[in-house]
Amino acid sequence: MTKPTRLTHLSMAEALEGLKAKDFTAVELTRAHIDAIADLRGLNAFITETPDLALEQAAASDARYAKGEAGPLDGLPLGIKDLFCTRGVLTTAASHILDGFVPPYESTVTSNLFRDGAVMLGKLNLDEFAMGSANITSYYGPVVSPWSPGRKIQRDAGTTAAGSELLEGLRQPRPVTEWEWDRRLVPGGSSGGSAASVAARMVMGATGTDTGGSIRQPASFVGIVGIKPTYGRCSRWGIVAFASSLDQAGPMTRTVKDAAIMLRSMAGFDPKDSTSVDLPVPDYTKALTGDIRGLRVGIPKEYRVDGMPAEIERLWQQGMDWLKAAGAVPVEISLPHTKYALPAYYIVAPAEASSNLARYDGVRFGLRVEGKDLKEMYENTRGEGFGAEVRRRILIGTYVLSAGYYDAYYLKAQKVRARIAQDFTSAWDKCDVILTPTAPSTAFAIGDKQDDPIAMYLNDVFTVPANLAGLPGISVPAGLGSDGLPLGLQLLGKPFDEETLFRVAGVIEQAAGPQPLPPVHS
Amino acid sequence: MSLDKATVAKVAHLARIRVPEGELDHLAGQLNGLLGWVEQLREVDTDGVEPMTSVVAQTLRRRADAVADGGYPDRVVANAPDGAEHFFAVPKVVE
Repeated sequence: MTKPTRLTHLSMAEALEGLKAKDFTAVELTRAHIDAIADLRGLNAFITETPDLALEQAAASDARYAKGEAGPLDGLPLGIKDLFCTRGVLTTAASHILDGFVPPYESTVTSNLFRDGAVMLGKLNLDEFAMGSANITSYYGPVVSPWSPGRKIQRDAGTTAAGSELLEGLRQPRPVTEWEWDRRLVPGGSSGGSAASVAARMVMGATGTDTGGSIRQPASFVGIVGIKPTYGRCSRWGIVAFASSLDQAGPMTRTVKDAAIMLRSMAGFDPKDSTSVDLPVPDYTKALTGDIRGLRVGIPKEYRVDGMPAEIERLWQQGMDWLKAAGAVPVEISLPHTKYALPAYYIVAPAEASSNLARYDGVRFGLRVEGKDLKEMYENTRGEGFGAEVRRRILIGTYVLSAGYYDAYYLKAQKVRARIAQDFTSAWDKCDVILTPTAPSTAFAIGDKQDDPIAMYLNDVFTVPANLAGLPGISVPAGLGSDGLPLGLQLLGKPFDEETLFRVAGVIEQAAGPQPLPPVHS
Repeated sequence: MSLDKATVAKVAHLARIRVPEGELDHLAGQLNGLLGWVEQLREVDTDGVEPMTSVVAQTLRRRADAVADGGYPDRVVANAPDGAEHFFAVPKVVE
């Protein structure tokens, strides 16, 4: 392999080969990414950059390569969604209420990544507490998609203080770089910083979390791969909790193979998470055989929702044709309770969130706003610390769990959830994997749908059922819509059958061919 | 079912979130919109259906009833906004 000109454009698999062959060092690879991050700050993808830590980790990685002791991810610079607690590094969940919180411990998923040699470039922006589908609810401001039409401009900052005419005549121009956007598009959410940074070639891969589609929908919006594994595959220990029965971590990468490499490191049994499953983690790259002959691909008729754009329909058909050409057999299936998934989710998720977020009380960590007594201190802290979307969900959750309403709302939603899970169990008699679009549209502009919570929630109409049923789902780039923006296809699988997802995703990736770069990239 | 301003204020109090008086009406409108939207769940026949309480079919593990962690109070209180000598400090609770 010859030394490539742009290290940031390599896939993780290619970079591992280059590192092994000593074509470049981990420090060189990391520096290239640190420069890219500095160059693309206008996207607001990071909340905290950790270049010093990254270079230290990269140097240690080079030492391991020299000794022939490199791990499966050794020297790969990654971004970490700022929902994962990282020891000694500010962790915010993109919320004001976690101001200044520096965890004294490391999440299991990030521990696993570091055990295998990964380098952390920093903590990535997200929707506040991962509640959102556009990355517009972050206390640290929205993330701009690298697919937004825009340009860098140089502006003269002028002098900072008013000087004398003499000084004014002597002063040097101080150029400041700014971004000028024609239209700021959302990267999707909640893992918006992860999606934007991977697509813009600022990081080689990133961690995401997916409670209702927060890995798969942003992956679709920016044209990358994102997998939510089966509930229980990745430990939730040390991830800031949103809705504990739905939350699951997963990788976001530019290729299917990279996702397979990264998930293998992230996943695994953890006694510290009571819902972690004690099953061996396979080498997922071995599943990428390209052979899907005879595989039954379920096409759920209920996913043809009213008002679905023709181009989504066309993309879905294209996906079926690709899989058919590779020898798979499309089968029509029925998931009759699909339309109830979203309303059930918007009871279950806020209910769990209202309980999980009760811990933010201004006493043990984060923001504190004083009051005349303890109760007022709680109310002031939480009133100021939570943003509008988080507040709305806590209030809905508190209401549906309150005396007199628990049965009508929460219990009913949990029963509907059982129905939805049963739909999938029945479907597995007829098919081995399910193909759907990932999202009902391409990316929209920052500001759109902002005042209409339900319109925003509809983004997750195709992704939420997998969370309710605990099933694995992957989004793979499948081309561009008529507006020139990426669209993804989603595959849903049986519990703990991520291998079939990777195998089929690999076929779609191959058939779709090389995907265009976003206009903004390193 | 419709939430009025007073109910929203009560729920906000239960959730220990201060909501300025001027925002209550708008918030009530949004919450009612959501509650109206989830009403469609009533259409689903759930007679005899057990509510889903576990996502993955497994019984919860037990561990030995023994101390497995701890002994570092400095780290436990390191992020406290207010405190001293390994205590978290709160406004006076008892008169």
